[in-house]
Amino acid sequence: MTVLSADALLEIRDLKTWFPIRTGVLKRVSGHVRAVDGVDLTIFPGETLALVGESGCGKTTVGRAILRLLEPTGGNVWFRGQNLTGLSLEAFHPYRRQIQVVMQDPGSALDPRHTVRDCIAEGMDAFEIGAGYEDRTRRVAELMGKVSLDPETMWRYPHEFSGGQRQRICIARALALDPALLICDEATSALDVSIQAQILNLLADLQAERRLTYLFITHDLGTVRYFATRVAVMYLGRIVETGPTERIFTDPRHPYTKALLASIPSLDPARRSTRPVALGDVPSPERPPPGCHYHPRCSVRLESCASVDPPVIAFADGVCRCVLAAK
Amino acid sequence: MGTPLLTVEDLSISFPGDGAHRVTVVDRVGFSISAGETLALVGESGCGKSMSALAIMRLVPKPGRIEPGARIAFEGRDLLTLPVPEMRSVRGARIGMIFQEPMTSLNPVTTVGSQVSEAIELHANISGEAARNRVLELFSLVGIPDPKSRYAAYPHQLSGGLKQRVMIAMAMAMRPKLLIADEPTTALDATIRAQILELLRDLSAKTGTAVLLITHDFGVVNEVADRVAVMYAGRIVEEGTRVELLGAPRHPYTQGLLRSIPKPEARGKRLEEIKGAVPRPGHWPQGCRFHPRCSSAFAPCATEEPARTVVSATQSARCHLVAKVVGEARP
Repeated sequence: MTVLSADALLEIRDLKTWFPIRTGVLKRVSGHVRAVDGVDLTIFPGETLALVGESGCGKTTVGRAILRLLEPTGGNVWFRGQNLTGLSLEAFHPYRRQIQVVMQDPGSALDPRHTVRDCIAEGMDAFEIGAGYEDRTRRVAELMGKVSLDPETMWRYPHEFSGGQRQRICIARALALDPALLICDEATSALDVSIQAQILNLLADLQAERRLTYLFITHDLGTVRYFATRVAVMYLGRIVETGPTERIFTDPRHPYTKALLASIPSLDPARRSTRPVALGDVPSPERPPPGCHYHPRCSVRLESCASVDPPVIAFADGVCRCVLAAK
Repeated sequence: MGTPLLTVEDLSISFPGDGAHRVTVVDRVGFSISAGETLALVGESGCGKSMSALAIMRLVPKPGRIEPGARIAFEGRDLLTLPVPEMRSVRGARIGMIFQEPMTSLNPVTTVGSQVSEAIELHANISGEAARNRVLELFSLVGIPDPKSRYAAYPHQLSGGLKQRVMIAMAMAMRPKLLIADEPTTALDATIRAQILELLRDLSAKTGTAVLLITHDFGVVNEVADRVAVMYAGRIVEEGTRVELLGAPRHPYTQGLLRSIPKPEARGKRLEEIKGAVPRPGHWPQGCRFHPRCSSAFAPCATEEPARTVVSATQSARCHLVAKVVGEARP
C-alpha cells in the first residue's frame, strides 16, 4: 500500500489517530478511541472528494490530521510528493499556506474583536504576503468582491454579518493564501437552505476559476451527489467504500453505503422513500465491534463477519471493504 | 373533517426592543390541525416557527409575550385563558412535546425509566409497579430494544437515537391528542433519522395522535406530513397539502426554497439561489416581506401587504402575483 500515484495532490496512507482513554485517579491509559484506524485516501488536483459518514466516524479527525491540528498516531500524509507527517512544525509551515480549511460554524471561526479586514488579512500577515498594510487592505477588498461581499464593510465586525456572510468571510480568508487544497468541514451544514445554495455556487465558481481542490467533509448526502466528483464513505474509523459519485449513488457496493442512501428523504411528493435499512445504533468508537465494524447493523452479514476483518477489495473505480463485494 | 383539534388564530408574539418599542417575531399566525393529522410548520431560522409552537404550550420565554387578540382553541377550550393549574394538566397529558436536543431535555443524574415514570405519576393516578409496567410498554412502543435493562440506564449511556426515543416515550406517556415535535431529527444521523421518522409515522397511525412538526427540512416534510404551512418573517406565506406544496408550490418563496435544494439532476448546473438573506425580526420590509428577495416582485409588492389568496380548497398563498394570476383565471 505504499505505491503513490504520481498525479495525486494529497495521499493518505494507513492514517491512524487514536485518543487515549484515561480512567481512575491516576489517569492511567486504559484503552484507546480509534477515531481513525488505518485510512487510505487519494485526492487528485481539481476534484471534489466528499468524505461522508455519520457523527463519530472520524471524518473530521482525518481533516484535522491533514492540517496537523493533531498529530496522527501512525501513517503518512503526502502532499505533492512531500511526506508531511515527518516534518517539524517549522518545515510544515509553508504547507499550511497551501492547505486551508473552512469549518461548520463561521461564528466561532472568526475573532469577534477583529474587523473583517483583519480577519481576512490574518493569514497574509502570517505568511508576509503583499507589500505592507495598504497592499493587504487592497487585496482584502478584492477578495471580498470575489466572494460577493461589499468591500466597504471591511471595517465592521463579524457579529454584524449574517451566518451566510460570515461563511463568505471565512472563504475569503482561506483564499487570501491562494491554497491548492481547501478542506470544507461541514461548511454548508449550519446554513439555511437558501443560503446553502449561495455558498455551494460560490465554491463551484471558485473551483472553476482557480482549479481548487476540495476535500468536502459532510453528512449531507444530497449535497454530495450534487457537488462531489468522488466519494469516500467512512464508518467507525475506516473507509468502507470509495468511488465516482454517480456510481456510488446508483450502484453502491457496501451494505452501509446502501443503508445511507436509503435514508435520504425524497422531495418527490409521489413517493415517500426513506427506509430504515441499518439496524440499531452506531456503536461507540471506544468499543468498535470485532470483525467488520458494521456487522451488528448489517442485514446481509455472514457468520464470519463477526470475527474476520473484511479485506479491502480494489475495483477499477474504487475500493470496498466487504467480503460480499468480492463476488 | 369535523371540528379541528387545535385552532390557532391571530397569534402574535413580541419581545422588548429598544426603549418602549417591542419587536414582533410572530405576526398574526393562524392554522388548524384535525385529529390524527400531521401538520408541518416549515421555514428558515428566525421565521418564528418554534416560537409559535411554544405559544401553544404557553411556554414563550420571558420577556416575550403573546399579544392580546390571539386565540388558541384546543379540544374546545381557549388555552390562553385557562387557569395555570388546568394548563399544567394540558401540558404533558393532552399535548406532548419533543425537542431537537434530547441530550439537554433529560436529567443526567436520574435513570431514563424513572424520568418517564415520574411523568406518568404526575398526570395519572398510578404509581409503583403499574407505572413501571406502563413505562416498559411505552419503551417497546417506541422501539427501544431490551426495555427492562434500558429502564435503569442513565441518559449518557444511551445514543442520540435512543435518547430521542425516550423523549418520544415520555411525550406519548399520557396518550396525548397532540404531539409537538420541534426539529425532532435534526441532530440525528441519517440512518437514525430514517428510523425516527418511521416511528413518528407509525405512532401517529397507531395511536391517532395529531402531530405538529416544526422543521426546516422539506425531505422530512415529505416523509411525515399531511399538510404543510410555510413561514417567512413571522407570517405564514403558503399553506396546502403535502402533495400541493411539494408538487405545485405557488408562493415564490416556497418555489425558491425547493429549487435551492441540491438535487441529483442539477449536477454540473448552478443551483438556483434566493438572493440576499432572511431579514431579522425588527427589520422586516414594508409590503410583502419577501419582495426584496423575490425575482417576480412587481408594483404593489413593496408597499401593500398581500392578502391570503385561495388557490384550491386546501391551498392558499399570501402573494400579489398569485392573487393576480388567480384573479385573471376567474373572470
